Amino acid sequence: MTAVNTTGAGAFLARHEGLRARLPGAGLPWVVAMREAAAAAFRAQGFPTRRVEAWRYTDLAAVNGTVFGEALTGVDDALALPATGNSRAVFVDGRFRADLSTLDGLGYTVESLAVALPSLEGRLGAVARPAEQALAALNGMLFEDGLVVTVPAGVAGGVLELLSFATLSDRAPAYHPRHLVRLAEGASLTLIETAAGPAAARYLHNPVFEIEVAARARFNHGRLQQEGLDAFFLSTVYAAVAEGGTYDNFTLNAGARLARNEIHVALAGPKAECHMNGVQLVADGQHADTTTALDHAAPDCASRQTYKTVLAGRSRGVFQGKILVRKVAQKTDGYQMNQALLLSPDAEIDSKPQLEIYADDVKCSHGATVGELDADNLFFLRSRGIPLEQAKAILVEAFLTEAVEAVADEAIRAALSGAVSGWWQRQGVAGGIEVA
Amino acid sequence: MPAVTETLETVQSVTEGGYKWGFETDIEMEFAPKGLNEDIVRFISAKKNEPAWLLEWRLKAFAMWKKMEEPSWAAVSYPKIDYQDAYYYAAPTQKVKPKSLDEVDPELLKTYAKLGIPLKEQAILAGVEGAGDTPADGGRMPIAVDAVFDSVSVATSYKERLAKDGIIFCAISEAVQEHPELVRQYLGTVVPQADNYFAALNSAVFTDGSFVYIPKGVRCPMELSTYFRINAKSTGQFERTLIIADEGSTVSYLEGCTAPQRDENQLHAAVVELVALDDATIKYSTVQNWYPGDAEGRGGIYNFVTKRADCRGARSKVSWTQVETGSAITWKYPSCILRGDDSVGEFYSVAITNNRQQADTGTKMFHIGKNTRSTIVSKGISAGRGQNTYRGLVKISPKAAGARNFTQCDSLLIGDECGAHTVPYIENRCMSAKVEHEATTSRIAEDQLFYCRQRGLSEEDAVGLIVNGFCREVLKELPMEFAVEAQKLLQISLEGSVG
Amino acid sequence: MLKIENLHATVDGKQILKGLTLEIAPGEIHAIMGPNGSGKSTLSYVLAGREGYEVTEGSVTYKGQDLLAMEPEERAVAGVFLAFQAPVELPGVGNANFLRTALNAVRRAKGESEVDAIQFLKLARARMKVLNMPDDMLKRPVNVGFSGGEKKRNEMLQMAMLSPTLALLDETDSGLDIDALKMVADTVNSLRGPTFSALVITHYQRLLNHIVPDHVHVLSAGRIIRSGGPELAQELEATGYAASVAAA
Repeated sequence: MTAVNTTGAGAFLARHEGLRARLPGAGLPWVVAMREAAAAAFRAQGFPTRRVEAWRYTDLAAVNGTVFGEALTGVDDALALPATGNSRAVFVDGRFRADLSTLDGLGYTVESLAVALPSLEGRLGAVARPAEQALAALNGMLFEDGLVVTVPAGVAGGVLELLSFATLSDRAPAYHPRHLVRLAEGASLTLIETAAGPAAARYLHNPVFEIEVAARARFNHGRLQQEGLDAFFLSTVYAAVAEGGTYDNFTLNAGARLARNEIHVALAGPKAECHMNGVQLVADGQHADTTTALDHAAPDCASRQTYKTVLAGRSRGVFQGKILVRKVAQKTDGYQMNQALLLSPDAEIDSKPQLEIYADDVKCSHGATVGELDADNLFFLRSRGIPLEQAKAILVEAFLTEAVEAVADEAIRAALSGAVSGWWQRQGVAGGIEVA
Repeated sequence: MPAVTETLETVQSVTEGGYKWGFETDIEMEFAPKGLNEDIVRFISAKKNEPAWLLEWRLKAFAMWKKMEEPSWAAVSYPKIDYQDAYYYAAPTQKVKPKSLDEVDPELLKTYAKLGIPLKEQAILAGVEGAGDTPADGGRMPIAVDAVFDSVSVATSYKERLAKDGIIFCAISEAVQEHPELVRQYLGTVVPQADNYFAALNSAVFTDGSFVYIPKGVRCPMELSTYFRINAKSTGQFERTLIIADEGSTVSYLEGCTAPQRDENQLHAAVVELVALDDATIKYSTVQNWYPGDAEGRGGIYNFVTKRADCRGARSKVSWTQVETGSAITWKYPSCILRGDDSVGEFYSVAITNNRQQADTGTKMFHIGKNTRSTIVSKGISAGRGQNTYRGLVKISPKAAGARNFTQCDSLLIGDECGAHTVPYIENRCMSAKVEHEATTSRIAEDQLFYCRQRGLSEEDAVGLIVNGFCREVLKELPMEFAVEAQKLLQISLEGSVG
Repeated sequence: MLKIENLHATVDGKQILKGLTLEIAPGEIHAIMGPNGSGKSTLSYVLAGREGYEVTEGSVTYKGQDLLAMEPEERAVAGVFLAFQAPVELPGVGNANFLRTALNAVRRAKGESEVDAIQFLKLARARMKVLNMPDDMLKRPVNVGFSGGEKKRNEMLQMAMLSPTLALLDETDSGLDIDALKMVADTVNSLRGPTFSALVITHYQRLLNHIVPDHVHVLSAGRIIRSGGPELAQELEATGYAASVAAA
């Protein structure tokens, strides 16, 4: 046994050792077994280095080198949230806050994972793969809370908001919420998730989603990641979609100093569909990574992906997207496009789209483009009297349109537009954009 | 029977008969002892009568190789290679270069005839003095040929004629003797000894290969061609090719390969280095037809090759064209370092995998100079149980202002037992660069097949026609003679597979 | 020449042809007219042997042979030519290469010598002149980027070059202007003779003003409900299909 680690994987493993008896579900043998398995997986993998192919472009050294503390239990009741009229579940520093949430008359169930845990045997861990994804293993080892959403068959769940806030703390808290969403046959739900925190706060937000979409159910999942600019946001989403079901994911990746938005979708039943769209807005000092893995595991499924990355200042953007078509997945229709716009000479974009195809009767394609704002277009707008900064804003917005318009849900689209223009204004002021 | 099902079945029913180059030539060979150690490296160097610096260079490479690990990132799988169980030197026992055709081993001549390469120049190739000074075929542009047989270059044709323009085209072992200053100046400057595992191995034990130098301002008057053949059993082939195009020069170089049918796997680990100075152009075309193994995946060549071009000069241009139909495993990424401003890199590739062949091939384009441009067109065809991967890197450095890349990767699947994979990497650190990448995967459409058959084409011909059409953008980049050969080869590779 | 008896065929398990009987003698031109969905295109695909068109009952003999037992290319070299309603694009495949390969396949079957590239070009250019096709259409990939009219011209070029004994024209007239329509008719008429038969499938009567058929049949719900001479086409044009369908 070596000295106690204060940073890195060792620190988290030690924390698990120390908290073993106190973590939620400590009295439930199946939970304990699951945590031990996750701990073993995390011990084996550690924080992935760039030598791991899936992490080739994203360096977790800063996470690895940070001394994280525990998230303190709910201290802040001063949080004033504007009402939106939607139902919502609020998490503060990784813990569910019933007092801040509005969850009346839903027609479906929304619970805190910490509370619902005894009833989740067989469901918790059904889709996550901690043995393959180290961060899911870390989450599996240390999760304390999360949201459990269960929509019964045929129920149209409407819009639910999931707000996740970090408070200012000098302890650099790390929290690992585990969210479960299950839509029974023919059910539908729109979940709009906002993750945010104070600009100066350093924390690690490491959520894992396990999503099950049953036959002919439809889940719209909108995510607005606007964490504080010193935060680490490492998120892993797993979704399994059954016959005729649809999973729509839209992610705005705009906050955090280092953000990884990793999505694994399995189209497990025939005629299932998946749309994944996203916008990454990366400003000076930020690193944003979107990594998708689409597993076509049944015939006649369709998938569509459009991702756009805008980079300003000294920043780095990453897109990795793999489409796997298994032998059984005949008649697959898979499409993926990722595009990046560089607004600064100090920005870097790394893109790795990938096709892995084992069925012959398929239509699969991907495309990638990288470039700067079109000088002719810019000149045209300016020749019509539009000031340079505004002209750029117009062109950037046009660049993003395709990804934003692909979002089927109006509520998500509206939330997104607001976030985009807000980001843009901040960039204009910060002067992070290079004049072409 | 439905046409598509039939295609599948026929693809699966490929037989050994598909490989038409699987003969073995029975000629006297000289071998170094099996195995690999410093003594073997010294033996090879001594056999080639090499200067001390080259021996040192080899030994340094060997020392580095011993510390390296065989790469495992490619999407190919094969049993562990026992590097001690192969011969690293095998040469026809022919001491002096022949002065007339009669002096040439008749078995060797038969081999040339069977190769069917543009060997109307056989006499010339066999080294008959003066034969190269008149066009071989009624004024048709001749092709100068260097043939590498297992470990040594056996003959180079048209040397005298080329020498009139100051062009050097000879075996690299000969260049070491005749032009040591050029070899020493450029060898290993594009692919350093420790570049990768197989390049290090090659640097230690390379036995022969071609050397080309085109002087300033010279447009090489004919195609230069090297024909590689692995013949002896349990022999690795480690040829090394070095081509230098000096300022303002132009050259087109062709490379062809075959090997006999054998149950065991044989290793081919070549290194090709190209250097293009200011305003120089090199066109490098390969038709790779190493023995692919039989329908069950027994035997076949492991083709682990490092090819790289250094576009050192401004406005230089290197164009790689490859048609890869052979080998059990292909691991190959002909690359361009676009260092000179306005330099251009191109990569055109057709790769077919049938039966149990595996190919992991593509290119790397490193944009360093300003306004550098690259084009990548890759056509992958998977049939039988073949696995075909395009792997490519486009990397743009911060200084490569105005850099452009366009990449098109298309995959065609024939049957549902095969795989087609596309793994492009784009790394851009330059704001004004523009990169476009497109990839598609499809199969031969039922309506295309029916349309052709309704016009009277057999299913096999229809598939051949459609596949050739699919590859057209690449095939048109090949020099005329090679294009015809490549088209036939495509058909043959799928033949026995279809129809 | 061609004898179709009680032909039943399904597509995707759906019964489309339900007992079609038709006989075409050498040198005759028959027209088949009928509303959408009556089975016109299915008939042409069944005769040409397309995958997915399953014959469940009945027989087709062509020059005394069981046509249905033959592979598509065997039917083609035996003289059955289908002019496609939507000609297929073959990216990268040169039109000349394609047509010469087809021509030589047909010639081989007839026991004739194959034509080389030069002979072929001579033959093709002569035909193209008649069809008012520019030479560069030979260089372009088959049907890729062709306009609707160019595609149909290309079909006619192929038909003229391959000189079939039985031509199946599957709504070749759809979407054509009057000049192109005349081109189609001229090509068919130029082939007309004692050894050339044709089955002209069309929705409208106007093509039949230019190709005067010997017999006209009305196809409805998978069977022939009326037959007559050229005047039947005129009548249908005036009264529509509904009356015939109702009467049947």
